[in-house]
Amino acid sequence: MANTVSVLAQKAAAGEAGEIKRPLIRIDGVSKTYQNGTVALADVKLDVRSGEFLSLLGPSGCGKSTLLRMIAGLGTPSSGVIDWTQARYDVSGEPERSLGFVFQEPTLMPWATVFDNVYLPLKIAGVSRRDAADRIAEVVAMVGLEKFAQHYPRELSGGMKMRVSIARALAVKPRVLLMDEPFAALDEITRFKLNNDLLTLWQQQRWTVIFVTHSVYESVYLSNRIAVMNARPGRIMTEIAIDAPYPRDDSFRTSPVYNEFCRETSAELKRTMVEPGK
Amino acid sequence: METEHASGAPVTGGATSRVARIVVPVIIGIVFLGVWEFLVHWLEVPKFVLPPPSKILDALLTDYATLGASMWNTLQITIAAFFVALVFGVTGAILFTQSRLFEISLFPYAVVLQVTPIVSIAPFILIWVGLDHTERALLILATIVAFFPILSNTTLGMKSVDHNLLNLFDLYHASRWQRLRYLQLPSAMPYLLGGMKISGGLALIGTVVAEFVAGSGTGTGLAWRIIESSNRLNIPRMFAALLLLSSLGVIIFFGLSAVETLLLRKWHESAVGREN
Repeated sequence: MANTVSVLAQKAAAGEAGEIKRPLIRIDGVSKTYQNGTVALADVKLDVRSGEFLSLLGPSGCGKSTLLRMIAGLGTPSSGVIDWTQARYDVSGEPERSLGFVFQEPTLMPWATVFDNVYLPLKIAGVSRRDAADRIAEVVAMVGLEKFAQHYPRELSGGMKMRVSIARALAVKPRVLLMDEPFAALDEITRFKLNNDLLTLWQQQRWTVIFVTHSVYESVYLSNRIAVMNARPGRIMTEIAIDAPYPRDDSFRTSPVYNEFCRETSAELKRTMVEPGK
Repeated sequence: METEHASGAPVTGGATSRVARIVVPVIIGIVFLGVWEFLVHWLEVPKFVLPPPSKILDALLTDYATLGASMWNTLQITIAAFFVALVFGVTGAILFTQSRLFEISLFPYAVVLQVTPIVSIAPFILIWVGLDHTERALLILATIVAFFPILSNTTLGMKSVDHNLLNLFDLYHASRWQRLRYLQLPSAMPYLLGGMKISGGLALIGTVVAEFVAGSGTGTGLAWRIIESSNRLNIPRMFAALLLLSSLGVIIFFGLSAVETLLLRKWHESAVGREN
């Protein structure tokens, strides 16, 4: 079963052109043990391919957020490597990750307007307000908030705050977008809307997206590929390719194909949770 | 805002409450002064025990020049002490949050300085710096009293930064300075302003206590006017000086509250109205 799945995954990676691309990020044998002895991740192997929409799906405590953060450079693995194979390295030996990160919470600065929140990464990079203005206007428009640039976060709804958070991640023109359960706290209607908007943007911009979620339905709807993880210790149990064409919209949500993938993914998830993690 | 009581009487809110917040205390104050005036006359209380409000007003008007000059002196020391405390408090908080070593080595001494009664330190300070320049001694004493709330509040505020925002700053390789300037200081702003409101009042208290201890050496502040008037049994003037001191305290408090509202009104829950 696991073999068939990985063959499927390879086919998906090969893409329509039929060539197997070099992975953008190679995660090899990554383990993370905390000081108190908790093993968050054990021997994780995963290739992230350029341009794909990859979901990390698993129950809470499976280390999916930890893995995402380590990919972003927040925290280092206890062993193993996270290799940005195509990245250039800067003078300090740090890979130029060129990534945007969206947290589960909007994580906005309450004292700053939407404009200034989105400006933050550019400000840190030393770009002047004036030089940044066009880019900020562009990404704020991308997430549909052009009328709210001068508003403060407290004046926005939960969904709008999340849009600001996404716009901020996009401000630096990332090639990779890392998202840590970004829509988990939103109501379903807002979540569906943001799912659709995210897919549209992904298709336009051709980013690589790594998306952490605990929702089977969300991961199937969005992804090319799902890495199913289980907990204690966190590891990747299987990979599932979602071979359904984009653009996907609300009609996909009700299609038999979608249901079939959801069933398959749920079954995999259930199987990994029954298996005793060694 | 047009919520109505079951009886049909409108509940005070919005503009009504703003007017009421001024009018009601003023009426109570006038009634209080009237009763005071009346009782003092009716019970024939001697003027040197409790003067009627009218005599206090008299004293205020007659001695306006002296009292006014004294008030100005006290105010100058208070404001200077407040700003020195602000600089030291914020600088201390920045040092404490940038370096754990600073915090563990200096914080205990800040506490010692805070808990030691200022009256007991005052004679030392007066001897060391105050013999020729009493105002310097007053400034130092008032600063010692005022700086701790700013230090501890700002430190707390800078440590209460949203951890995800800290992660975000790490992610974009923010420098220490950028993190301080763009994240920690703005986060600490509500805490700092709260500390400033406490410190403003404490700076005045510190100045007055220091003046009392310094005694005739100062010869100029409002506290000294109170001692002097007391020695001469000029009780109405004591009250007049006291009235001016209280007014100073009130002005400082409302001034700092206004600054707080102005700086936080756009974003902080404490300064924005509820929408329900």
